Amino acid sequence: MALNKKIEELKKRREIILQGGGEKAIEKQVAMGKLTARERIINLLDRNSFTEYDLFVEHDARDFDMDKKTLHGDGVITGTGTIFGAPICIFAQDFTVAGGSLGLMHARKITKIMDHSLKMKVPLIGINDSGGARIQEGVNSLSGYGEIFFRNTLNSGVIPQISVILGPCAGGAVYSPALTDFVFVVDKISKMFITGPEVIKTVLGEDISMEDLGGARVHSEISGNAHFYAESEAECFEQIKKLITFIPWNNLQKAKKFPPKEPKPEYRINDIVPGDPRQPYDVRDVIKAIVDDSDFLEVQERWAENIVIGFGRLAGETVGFICNQPLVLAGVLDVDSSDKAARFIRFCDAFNIPIITLVDLPGYLPGVDQEHAGVIRHGAKVLYAYSEATVPKLTVILRKAYGGGYIAMASRHLRADFVFAWPGAEIAVMGPEGAANIIFRKEIATAVDPEKMRKQKVKEYKQKFANPYVAAARGYIDSVIVPSETRNLLLHAIEVSGNKSVYLPNKKHGIPPF
Amino acid sequence: MANKAMSDSNNNRDTGNKEGKKPSTGTENINRRNETQKEPVEVDKNPRYKSLIIEGAKYRTFLNRKFENRKKWYIPDPKKIISYIPGTVVKLFVHEGQQVVKGDVILILEAMKMKNRIVFSRSGKVKAVNVVEGDKVPKNFLMVELE
Repeated sequence: MALNKKIEELKKRREIILQGGGEKAIEKQVAMGKLTARERIINLLDRNSFTEYDLFVEHDARDFDMDKKTLHGDGVITGTGTIFGAPICIFAQDFTVAGGSLGLMHARKITKIMDHSLKMKVPLIGINDSGGARIQEGVNSLSGYGEIFFRNTLNSGVIPQISVILGPCAGGAVYSPALTDFVFVVDKISKMFITGPEVIKTVLGEDISMEDLGGARVHSEISGNAHFYAESEAECFEQIKKLITFIPWNNLQKAKKFPPKEPKPEYRINDIVPGDPRQPYDVRDVIKAIVDDSDFLEVQERWAENIVIGFGRLAGETVGFICNQPLVLAGVLDVDSSDKAARFIRFCDAFNIPIITLVDLPGYLPGVDQEHAGVIRHGAKVLYAYSEATVPKLTVILRKAYGGGYIAMASRHLRADFVFAWPGAEIAVMGPEGAANIIFRKEIATAVDPEKMRKQKVKEYKQKFANPYVAAARGYIDSVIVPSETRNLLLHAIEVSGNKSVYLPNKKHGIPPF
Repeated sequence: MANKAMSDSNNNRDTGNKEGKKPSTGTENINRRNETQKEPVEVDKNPRYKSLIIEGAKYRTFLNRKFENRKKWYIPDPKKIISYIPGTVVKLFVHEGQQVVKGDVILILEAMKMKNRIVFSRSGKVKAVNVVEGDKVPKNFLMVELE
């Protein structure tokens, strides 16, 4: 029958295109330690859930003998599928087809699936593995990038956007991941930069390898461009799947609720924080003593470690944590940690995720480099993000909260909904040492034994002001609590704030100190 | 500088994080960086603990790479003409001993496809010229010096 033949033809056509760039190119891809684009999609999505779009798309380029070339799928695979049942729009650049280079139709496939994700209000995952613009297609290729960036911006805050860098992602192409919410990188596979090592060599005369310039480690430890670092593609896919379980599909929903679970008993919350405010501890232990099953998904674990951000659950509901980390740089706010916190606050706020802030910081990092790098402008982002956030904001002051740092870390004054303090909290305009040096300068200078006098004055100040009760007396904190009460009080606070509604003044948009 | 970090050898106290609990005191992070270490090191002997002074209080803490590699600040010397960008000296207008006035062009430094005019910000006598036409100079290279 005629239809049978046509079905046969369809199958044949499919089969050819599914081979991607052909055996040789696939061999090369495997030799680089990489999976093919199709394998990646299949490994990431639920089994048999992938539905492909635009398999038969072909490029339309004429110049440089391009009309004689067939590029299967034009170097990108797009479609929809699910992860743990959550619907997903996905695209994966296919490096085996013309190096995954981006031409007009390649870009159109991507923008089509992006438009689809916005319309359907489902998360978008983009797997980047591309040599860059398809030079033969000239300005058409540039238009493609521009259309992608524009849609990244429109989608921002409506649907979660995830970028996975599994190969080179160079030049203008890196701006798409930079506009998305989470960037995943894999050691030895991911490479991101604006200008590559060759350009740097010819223009600047500096020798640097691709890995040292824009490898996975660089972006997860130095530049802060990446949010999740993995040793292998398999580990990376597990991280993506886990993240998807914590976040909602779009800005109109809440994240899926999970069955509640108690934290693991080995995290004993009363014993983690040392009494002496100058002694360190790992704030992640406190988080794990609070969240369900002690399960905490840290974001940007390796960059600006003086602040810890990430997701956990309280009685099954996703919450976002922003916590000073006394273990690194005494937990100060600085340029990088401010950027890291501010962006995460905005993500949580956009996607209806309550924010829990654990406070223990001595203030801002002093230094010429910090001032010259604009710690004023960067630090202001934290104030802006907290002030603007309308999701439930719950704050627990674990220990130190001095000066500007106290204000910035989700204080009552920035409209935190609940502010709890542990009994060891020191809420003051500055630390006892600094304050005593200023207030009692004369007494100390004129004393017979200045050092002894200084110590005495520090002690005096500590007793009078370095406690939670001065702030509690003004209602700046709502309650001084025993550490072991923290989880239950936070659970209660989340429950109470389930219908929170706040109205911000009508405006087109604010002007955050970007 | 107030925040000058120094090693903290006599302060080896416990973090209060050790006994009976699972210590995840950041040693995980270290292990990931030095792949040779598999077992978490004893917290109180961890050499990564340094001290950081903020507003007179000395905190026991880890420092990060960015902090440890931060550059020291020097007052810029207007008598020294330093390349602000790497490039090629395509034209040189001054020689040693020459009297110059503020605004004189010293040289043309071609960088990023742009011929940049490098100009004196003060008047004086040229003490030394460390480049010749055609030289490729790196960033922060002392090209010309005034007396």
